[in-house]
Order: sequence, then structure tokens, then C-alpha cells
Amino acid sequence: MPTLYIPTPLRVYADGQSEIVVNGPIVSDALNDLVTRYPTIKQHIFNENGELRPFVNLFKGKENIVFLQGLETPISEGDSLRIIPSIAGGSL
Amino acid sequence: MTILVPPEQLALIYANGEKAYPDEGAGFLFGHDGEVRQVISIYDLPNSREDGARHDRFLVTPEDYLEGELKAEELKLDIIGIFHSHPDSKNVPSEYDREWAQPFFSYIITSVYNGKAIESRSWLLAEDRSKFIEEPIQRN
Repeated sequence: MPTLYIPTPLRVYADGQSEIVVNGPIVSDALNDLVTRYPTIKQHIFNENGELRPFVNLFKGKENIVFLQGLETPISEGDSLRIIPSIAGGSL
Repeated sequence: MTILVPPEQLALIYANGEKAYPDEGAGFLFGHDGEVRQVISIYDLPNSREDGARHDRFLVTPEDYLEGELKAEELKLDIIGIFHSHPDSKNVPSEYDREWAQPFFSYIITSVYNGKAIESRSWLLAEDRSKFIEEPIQRN
């Protein structure tokens, strides 16, 4: 099963874990598995419409999934999936 | 929650904002979380917003984020927050700051007027993401 790497600000919602093993043949299934097991993490990954928040990036290995098949990207045993936030802000 | 920012680290945060002026500067806060959250060191980050937008916006790419996180691990520290400057503007979070904010992180915002850093304040995102709550900065 693939391993999902949790970034520092979200670990508090995953019992402090930095890595968890997830189930599912594609990235969206792995995310659904994550939010089912750790429901309080959901609002920080998905918006009210169930879409990925704009600052949530997912990397399979070293590749951003937007350059693969997006949330439909296949994942399998031994794959490493990382949630990596984009950080943004500003005075206006 | 209180965040302890030693004077030498606060001076580096001020220096980052002054160097970036008139653009926004930003970086990670490395340290330890606990009853008192403590900043041990800072890690400057590039502002990846496009030319013309960097005066009132900053962006850290996922690649730069990953590099910073690996650096924190190497130092056996945690990323406990983000600092950024507001050039010629108040040191309070904007609506844009809130929309893009991460939970758990301390957000230290520094006002920089005419190239001179004036004051920093620290903020935490509320659990329901509806607003920021100020967290006192302890300097020593």
C-alpha cells in the first residue's frame, strides 16, 4: 500500500504522524481514506464544495500529480505520496 | 498560546522584511512546539510571486516548501510557522492571508514602512478557519 506523507501543519489532525499507509488504487481514493480515518483534517484539504483547496499540492515521488493524471493518478504498493502546501499571503 | 521569539531571531525577521522592501519578504520559523512555542532559527524563503505583485503578495512554491521542511528535519527542528512582511501596511492578517493560511502555524507579520521594520505581531488560524487569533510574542 502507498505511504502518504503529512506536512507539519496537518500532523496534529493525524495523531501527530508524519507518514501513514493509505488504501486505494488512485490518489483521490487515498485522500478519501485519509479523511475518513482522520475527519478533522478534511476541512484543511477540501473546501466546502469538496474541491481541493488551492494551496494543497500532491506529489507522487518527486512529481506533482497535476503533471500526471491529477487525482486519477494511479498509486500502488511502495509509492510515496506527499501533501505539500503552497504558502501564500499578502497585505491586500 | 505564547510564542517565544528571541531578540536575535526577531532582528533577523526585521532584516528580512527590510531587505525585501518594497516587496514582501517571507520565511519559515524553525523551533519547537509546546506550552510556549519557541523559535530557534529562521529560514528565508524566496518570494515566487510574479513581478509587479510582490509588493502586496508572497508565494512559496511546493518545491521551496519541501526544501525547507527537509532542512528543518536535518536540524532536528519543526516548522512552527511562517513570517512575512507587510510593506507600508499594518501587521494584521488580510482576508487573503486567512484564505491561504495553514492550521497550527504561527503567522508572524511585520510592518515595514519606508524600508524600516516597525513591529511584529503573531497570529494563529482559528480551528474553523473563520479568523485569525493573536498570540502574544514573548521576546526573552
